[in-house]
Amino acid sequence: MSALVIDVRGLRKEFTITRKAGRLRRTRHTVAAVDGIDLRVGRGELLGYLGPNGAGKSTTLKMLTGVLMPTSGEVRVCGLVPVAQRRRLAARIGVVFGQRSQLWWDLPLRDSFELARHIWRVPAADHATRLARFRRELDLDDFLDTPVRQLSLGQRMRSELTIALLHGPEVVFLDEPTIGLDVVSKQAVRAFLTELRDRGDTTIVLTTHDLADIERLCRRLVVIDRGRVVHDGTLGALHERYGSRRRVLVELDEQLSAPIELPGVVQESSSANGRLITFSLDGSTTAGELVGRLASVAQLRDISVQEPAIEDVIARLYASSTTPPHPRRSRP
Amino acid sequence: MIADLATSARRSAGRQYPRTRTIAALVVAGFRRYTTYRQATAASIFTNTVFGYLRCYVLLAAAAGSGLAVTAGYTPQQLATYCWASQGLIGVVMIWGWTDLGDRIRSGDIVADLLRPVHPVTSYLAIDLGRAGHASLTRFVVPMVVGAISFDLHTPQRFATYPLFALSALLGVVVCFGCRYLVNAAGFWLLDVRGVNLVWLFGSSLLAGLAFPLHFLSEWPWLVTGLWVLTPFPSILQAPLDVLVERGSVGQLLGVVAGQAAWAGVMLGICWYVQRRADRKLVIQGG
Ligand SMILES: Nc1ncnc2c1ncn2[C@@H]1O[C@H](COP(=O)(O)OP(=O)(O)OP(=O)(O)O)[C@@H](O)[C@H]1O
Ligand SMILES: [Mg+2]
Repeated sequence: MSALVIDVRGLRKEFTITRKAGRLRRTRHTVAAVDGIDLRVGRGELLGYLGPNGAGKSTTLKMLTGVLMPTSGEVRVCGLVPVAQRRRLAARIGVVFGQRSQLWWDLPLRDSFELARHIWRVPAADHATRLARFRRELDLDDFLDTPVRQLSLGQRMRSELTIALLHGPEVVFLDEPTIGLDVVSKQAVRAFLTELRDRGDTTIVLTTHDLADIERLCRRLVVIDRGRVVHDGTLGALHERYGSRRRVLVELDEQLSAPIELPGVVQESSSANGRLITFSLDGSTTAGELVGRLASVAQLRDISVQEPAIEDVIARLYASSTTPPHPRRSRP
Repeated sequence: MIADLATSARRSAGRQYPRTRTIAALVVAGFRRYTTYRQATAASIFTNTVFGYLRCYVLLAAAAGSGLAVTAGYTPQQLATYCWASQGLIGVVMIWGWTDLGDRIRSGDIVADLLRPVHPVTSYLAIDLGRAGHASLTRFVVPMVVGAISFDLHTPQRFATYPLFALSALLGVVVCFGCRYLVNAAGFWLLDVRGVNLVWLFGSSLLAGLAFPLHFLSEWPWLVTGLWVLTPFPSILQAPLDVLVERGSVGQLLGVVAGQAAWAGVMLGICWYVQRRADRKLVIQGG
């Protein structure tokens, strides 16, 4: 049985937006940035929290970490009420908000880590073990003595991850931790998060627009749009729902004498006199079965399998609900 | 719940870790941070010293020209000490130019402070004490030495004056910190804090004992008493300066320091309360 680490019911956040309407008049609109979210996350889960720009992801994370007061709804993180028990919660969670820094701008990076030890009251031995591990996994040694303000973005993000995790938090909230990173840094961060996930005792909530992050890291995806959950499940379930298909490309020595007939297999195209064929599979037949059948009726030269493109399914999901957030109530 | 049991083991480590060490580390960090601002420190020392000469000459000339009526019982040595010590204390209590908190509220970086398991007032105060420590070794010492070389300063007659002055200056820092924190915290509610800043600048420059010693107002005793009792301003500068030039008996000066301590408590209490209110209505700017 996995214990619930995050328990959210009917979470809402409304923002009041005041707009100038004429010389003296102002209109006030209330916009629900988060509009009734239910979410339960167990110990050790890695949750991808996705959604288009302005969907309410950051707003949700702010409420879960206790820096933003919900308009209504119930939130428990590690059994605590985030805003009311923020400091107790802060001792038990780690947070990286891509744009915010937990590091001390003017001091060498090393000092920030040392200070974090005192602020989170970590026993020296635990601190040393973890720091040694993060230095190795995130490759921090080259810039430990550099003042934070001189770090590159990638170096800084790796440092932010480190400082968020140095106290061994039970839950980690990461809001776009790979934003603006180059390929190498992204891979380092991803490998690090994979390792953290696989250790199994840290719950991770990850917000990202990077589809490779989602593909490599997240077993469970919660997709929100305009403040509401529109999908909660695996990437596979998402593909199923939007009818994503794997493709099998084959190159044969000669044309097929008769079309292949297998459940869920469609011949999408053929070219080069029918020697290059693309099949699409909906999952009822495996790629192996298809290849086996082909091999029995023709001479196979080459095969390749294309996984369904995550871009497509996410784009379809986002596009299926396109209207912008509408004002709920208006007051003059 | 299972989650709670498992985590209580992790938490017990934290409980053995003394909170005072956390605070000490923050004080040291505040000190270290200011050691990196060498040019800014040098520039402010220079400015404060130049203004020290100006103020001292003007004050001494005014006192000499008008006789005892205006000097409110200060000897020329006491006036010179008052002048140079206040020039040095400006940087220690840091009346002007502290916008750390306000900047972070405006940019949204305040989130990082709120996500630490330390109360923001505690941590900002600890950092500020470190800063003040750095300033007393640099921004206070240099003008005092220059003043002592160029003028005849008042030498304390009682040994007790030295520790009492240190305590009084420390309390001045705390009171001033409280004021600055509140002025900055107005940013939680107002997008534009210039108005609040103006009130603070006016109050702190005129009523703290910086522009002139508050004893110059002794013809209006109700005004002076009102300032001391109803506003925190005299506790910031006038109090430590009175202690240093030994205006009054040890008993009287102990009373002054006790008043400062009361104001320090009141200001921190208000800061705590305001921060609590801010937590409830907090809107962090930016995604
Ligand atoms: N302080 C605020 N005042 C008014 N509206 C806000 C405020 N903060 C956020 N919003 C609105 O709430 C909605 C959700 O914002 P949020 O930052 O949570 O989006 P997001 O999902 O994190 O988007 P992104 O992917 O761009 O980071 C947006 O429409 C935004 O304009
Ligand atoms: Mg966001």
